Amino acid sequence: MLSYPTVRASLLFLAIAVAGLFVADIAITTANPWRDLGQFFIGVATPNFFSTEGLLTALLRTVAFGFVGVALGSFFGFLLALVYRLLPVRIFCAFIRAIHELFWALIFLQFFGFHPLTGVLAIAIPYAGIFAKVYSEILEESDPEPSRLLPPGTSAIASFLYARIPDCWVQIRTYTAYRLECGLRSSAILGFVGLPTLGFYLESSFSQGMYSDAGAMLILFYVLIATMPIWVRPKLLPAYLLAAPFFLGEGFPIVWGNVERFFTEDIVPSPLRNGEGLAGLSSWLGDVMITEALPGIWNTVVLTQIALVATGLLSLLAFPLISKHFTGPVRRTSGHVFLVIARSTPEYILAYILLQLWGPSMLPAVVALALHNGGIIGHLIGRQTNTIELRPDAPAGFTRYSWELVPRVYRSFLAFLFYRWEIIMRETAILGILGIYTLGFYVDSAIQNIQFDRAMILILITASLNIGVDVLGRYIRRKLALQTMPTC
Amino acid sequence: MITKQIRKWLVSGFLTLAVATTASAQTFVFTAIPDEDETKLVERFRGIADYLSEQLEVDVRYIPVKSYAAAISAFRNNQVQLAWFGGLSGVQARALVPGSEALAQGIEDQAFYNYFIAHKSTGLERADELPEGVRGKTFTFGSKGSTSGRLIPEYHIRDRFNEAPETVFSRVGFSGNHTRTLRLVESGTYDVGALNYKVWEKELEDGNINTDDVKIIWKTPGFPNYQWTIRGDVDERFGEGFKNKVRQALLDLDDPALLESFPREGFIPASNDDYEPIRSVASELGIID
Repeated sequence: MLSYPTVRASLLFLAIAVAGLFVADIAITTANPWRDLGQFFIGVATPNFFSTEGLLTALLRTVAFGFVGVALGSFFGFLLALVYRLLPVRIFCAFIRAIHELFWALIFLQFFGFHPLTGVLAIAIPYAGIFAKVYSEILEESDPEPSRLLPPGTSAIASFLYARIPDCWVQIRTYTAYRLECGLRSSAILGFVGLPTLGFYLESSFSQGMYSDAGAMLILFYVLIATMPIWVRPKLLPAYLLAAPFFLGEGFPIVWGNVERFFTEDIVPSPLRNGEGLAGLSSWLGDVMITEALPGIWNTVVLTQIALVATGLLSLLAFPLISKHFTGPVRRTSGHVFLVIARSTPEYILAYILLQLWGPSMLPAVVALALHNGGIIGHLIGRQTNTIELRPDAPAGFTRYSWELVPRVYRSFLAFLFYRWEIIMRETAILGILGIYTLGFYVDSAIQNIQFDRAMILILITASLNIGVDVLGRYIRRKLALQTMPTC
Repeated sequence: MITKQIRKWLVSGFLTLAVATTASAQTFVFTAIPDEDETKLVERFRGIADYLSEQLEVDVRYIPVKSYAAAISAFRNNQVQLAWFGGLSGVQARALVPGSEALAQGIEDQAFYNYFIAHKSTGLERADELPEGVRGKTFTFGSKGSTSGRLIPEYHIRDRFNEAPETVFSRVGFSGNHTRTLRLVESGTYDVGALNYKVWEKELEDGNINTDDVKIIWKTPGFPNYQWTIRGDVDERFGEGFKNKVRQALLDLDDPALLESFPREGFIPASNDDYEPIRSVASELGIID
């Protein structure tokens, strides 16, 4: 077995994660974690839909921010995809997508304040970077044959529109619709930093232990996501897109002086602002690195590696729930429900819930990341096993699982896992805002202390770390010859 | 019954939309640091908004925010013109907005204090100084930007032990606000915590504290705390003398229900200089430059 590179890579990552467990802080620190968890489930079972007068508005805003953000992101992403072969464009896109939506929101909050643009840009910018990459991959893989058949003298635009686009239109549409679902999730969590979406009320109810209210909001959110195929129709889309900007709310007017101040003063490192010169700058940078960046990087990496392996294990455990090779249609349906809930709940919300219940340590974060990402990968792998036909006399039970199915899906399983590596790291960093000592914790502390220069340096470090892991993940996927479709 | 509820729900949703689109540019907006449970804050400050609106004869609106920094940023960016800040957040905000001033403080805010509280399992008892026994326990602050939840407790911990909180305690957390600090220590999630004495006493009075599970172990010396701070440019925007009108309205506030919701006995004039002790402690701890 050890002669397989995929097995060796898996064991190496497993070993790193186990080593990580020894240095990580994974205690449950609350006195009655199970009682609180029980109360939470009772709350979900007895939802109170009439608690907050603003709930309906919040839901509407969540959808509106999602639509406008994803629409702008996809438009600019498409334009960028056309010039994606240029190295500066690729670097630019890698950079803007390496910064999480919540970090973008925290940045825009400092100068646009509570204006709708804050939420819209926080979604549109990172999404444009992702769209650019995926659209360009789709365009690249389109069949070149039709363009060659066009008569000489056909303009580049005409050939693009009539020979390239039709070939990949379905894929572009499918992917964009899929990102819209991601956009609704992103939109919901923006409420946690004060935008008027669902997360705003979810945070309030949760922190006050009003679990029935929180349960109602979660249920409405699942219904919103689960019914998307019904209400998101191609024919209705133009109407939604035209209406969405009017439902973002008014917010407060932008004061442009604030924008200028942010870029020319706030984010300039304080030694330069105070005229202490390069000597002051280097000692300031050294201080940021030692007291904040390095501990943040260490915790982010440790937590990411543990969460990655936990995600893998959970995916492998979860896929039989929806596989026709193990269960009948009835139990498969409940498996689907479980996986839909796991993957439609944003990691941030899951981590927030578990942190409230278990107290601050890495454990709630690991479980949240594993549940969300394991739900996604488990779903994709489970669906893949349903296309596999086994021999009629194939073994049953555990032997079927370990000798028939896992080996057949293992490569695509690893491909998904390595694809999500960078996503898990981006989320790990952001979970610091909730009080786990990853990079997000230090970014949040700097913002709470109104030290935006520090916050920017730390955000840039976080982005570089994500880009590094993205490159490494792609290198490993290439080395192991793994192929995958993008997931969010 | 249910249909009635649904109708109410729909109507309120549309009303919120309608209100949002008619808010005029000349609305006087204020905010407050989120130091307690949000429901309480919204109830309290909506009352204040109604009162101020009546007194000042302009539209007054309160916006809730999610963090101390968000309150400061909104004030700095002129999206709110008035704010109910803590000692530290007020100092930070006024440093960022030239011309802004502390208008009024609660009578109790001249000499505010903190309680350090402990869970019964620690066996700690009330003492005249912070007990040595807290060493090695778990500890929670309130919010990162809080005066009575962070700044003052950290100052006294360093003063007493000559060490950073992270080395004195086995685990240091930030609960988010005072109510949560109380709940987390009461339930034993953290052994020790520090909170604003007003929150403790109000919760005690309302019968929301199980004093068998959590008790006070130390009371800090006094320090200046909460205050209303206003931007320097409000007179230009809302007319000559507007700032004085706001100050007078706050000083005149005598509605017992509103005062009880803070809870404060009343408001008295304050000045920027009153908060010099807070500024020097914050700068000593490196929280402000």
